[in-house]
Amino acid sequence: MSDASYSERPIEGEASLGDYFALLKPRVMSLVVFTALVGLLAAPISVHPIVAFASILFVAIGAGASGALNMWWDADIDQVMSRTAKRPIPAGKVTPDEAMTLGVALSGFSVIMLALSANVLAAGLLAFTIFFYAVVYSMWLKRSTPQNIVIGGAAGAFPPVIGWVIATGSMSVEAWLMFALIFVWTPPHFWALALFMKSDYDDAGVPMLTVTHGRKTTRNHILAYTVILAFLAIGAGFTSIGGPVYLAAAVTLNILFLRGAWKIWRRDETAALADDYAVEKSFFRLSLLYLFLHFGAILAEAALRPFGLGGWG
Amino acid sequence: MSLRAEHELHQRRRGRNVGVGLMLASFVVLILALTVVKVTRDNFQLPEIEEAQ
Repeated sequence: MSDASYSERPIEGEASLGDYFALLKPRVMSLVVFTALVGLLAAPISVHPIVAFASILFVAIGAGASGALNMWWDADIDQVMSRTAKRPIPAGKVTPDEAMTLGVALSGFSVIMLALSANVLAAGLLAFTIFFYAVVYSMWLKRSTPQNIVIGGAAGAFPPVIGWVIATGSMSVEAWLMFALIFVWTPPHFWALALFMKSDYDDAGVPMLTVTHGRKTTRNHILAYTVILAFLAIGAGFTSIGGPVYLAAAVTLNILFLRGAWKIWRRDETAALADDYAVEKSFFRLSLLYLFLHFGAILAEAALRPFGLGGWG
Repeated sequence: MSLRAEHELHQRRRGRNVGVGLMLASFVVLILALTVVKVTRDNFQLPEIEEAQ
């Protein structure tokens, strides 16, 4: 036997640790960690740092597990869309069975560990979130209704509620306001993306609003949801999670967001094509900053509280 | 000419094994820390053990 066949070319089917990590959707995980942490710190009861760290870690693992299950189920459409074609399964680095096994194993692990580190209610909410994202959104709604991301957005909205429940062991209006903030933010965020990633969803046959009801209707919906979101976001400023810092941030951000939604609403496809969807792209980028800064402001209010400065006194 | 040249595959496997090892070690440390925090709390109570009849 000679070593003439020796090659430096990567061998398919032997995934690296990074490939498995990519299955957990690290970018989504980072958002989950951030919003769950804000929910935990905004709660009126303080948690031991090690318990908080472990609990948030298990929430992140649960979110990653649901991401792996989503990639397993959606491997066929991920292959078609340019945005997702390089994910580990369509790229041939991880097999669908491996992704499913990892997703199921990490789901069970994260829920049990969260029950042990925090409480059973938080673990139950995490289990429901994984079920909602993997089964209700990925397996059922995503391919059957243009309201897919509206209802499916609930999965992404649960982490701050879980964070709050980790600290308090119960739910409250403030926790559900944080839920509502993400829930109502999700549709305009994704519909803006769908407006400028047109062919992707068309090719994959995903019934996005842009495909089923047209782009003008999508623009109307973006404006409507942004108006509701502005009321919610500013209204939250007058509750116990709000305060002067949050309110100033919320008013500024919502004026900018409403302006963006208004511009999108006024445009037609000819104008959008002429500048390569510049307004829609800038609205999408702003939407990321919007959510980050709202939760950052809630965090700031919580951080100022021990010094007698946070909240409304 | 050596047949012992390390293939990219071996590097990938080693990376995976080291990664899993480090994760397991970190998990052990985390569980130990969690246990210490929970049993040293003021409100910690040992579960009541029923005496044998």
